[in-house]
Amino acid sequence: MTQDTETNESVFRRDMLATLPNLRAFAVSLIGQPDRADDLVQNTIMKAWGKQDSFEPGSNLKAWLFTILRNEFYSQMRKRGREIQDSDGYFTERLAVHPSQHGSLDLQDFKKALEQLPDDQREAIILVGASGFAYEEAAEICGCAVGTIKSRVNRARAKLQELLGLTDEDEYGPDAGSVSVPSRAFVG
Amino acid sequence: MSKTKTANAKAGMEKQVRDFPDPNTQISMKLRELYNSVQDEGIPDRFLDLLERLDEAEKNARANNNQ
Repeated sequence: MTQDTETNESVFRRDMLATLPNLRAFAVSLIGQPDRADDLVQNTIMKAWGKQDSFEPGSNLKAWLFTILRNEFYSQMRKRGREIQDSDGYFTERLAVHPSQHGSLDLQDFKKALEQLPDDQREAIILVGASGFAYEEAAEICGCAVGTIKSRVNRARAKLQELLGLTDEDEYGPDAGSVSVPSRAFVG
Repeated sequence: MSKTKTANAKAGMEKQVRDFPDPNTQISMKLRELYNSVQDEGIPDRFLDLLERLDEAEKNARANNNQ
């Protein structure tokens, strides 16, 4: 019996370890500051360890850990309210929008743009676009409807396109460009 | 002068944009690049130490309970 408990625990520990690089990538992408992200990961590990009895062996540990981390993130945000708004300003000021001058996106520009998204949109696009979750799983992690996740991802993409100068008008070819540019120039 | 420069740059950009994947694909690629760069760092020692200590603490607690 003690043997069984130990086995479950070592499985839990092993699976948690295996998930950590992914969990940490989520934290860093979500927060943008590696130090704060690692503190968040540490809190998450301790929380998860403390309540491992409530984890159902065989269910999705990765989703469970991500849920704990994002709940920790939001509870920290509530505590820090003002500070976060200031840091938003900090990044807004520093993001000079240089539409991909060389035709390819700069990673630093992308990072800054990502940081400017509202938290719920950033979280949604990361979970679905990078962490490897299905829309349904992301919805469960965020405690919202699947449709909500989809619309957050769409809004995140649109906002990133705008911030990075990848807007659709560039895509419509020379005709659309030659019509829209002069009309704006003359009005202004 | 600067107008010509801008116009040239814009023309060049438009050409390149057409050769590049659509905006959403570019965004997805960058997002994964950013994410993977962190994920590939593996597990920092502080977390391995932390898990080690949590493990120890639990074993000690159990040993005490069993006495």
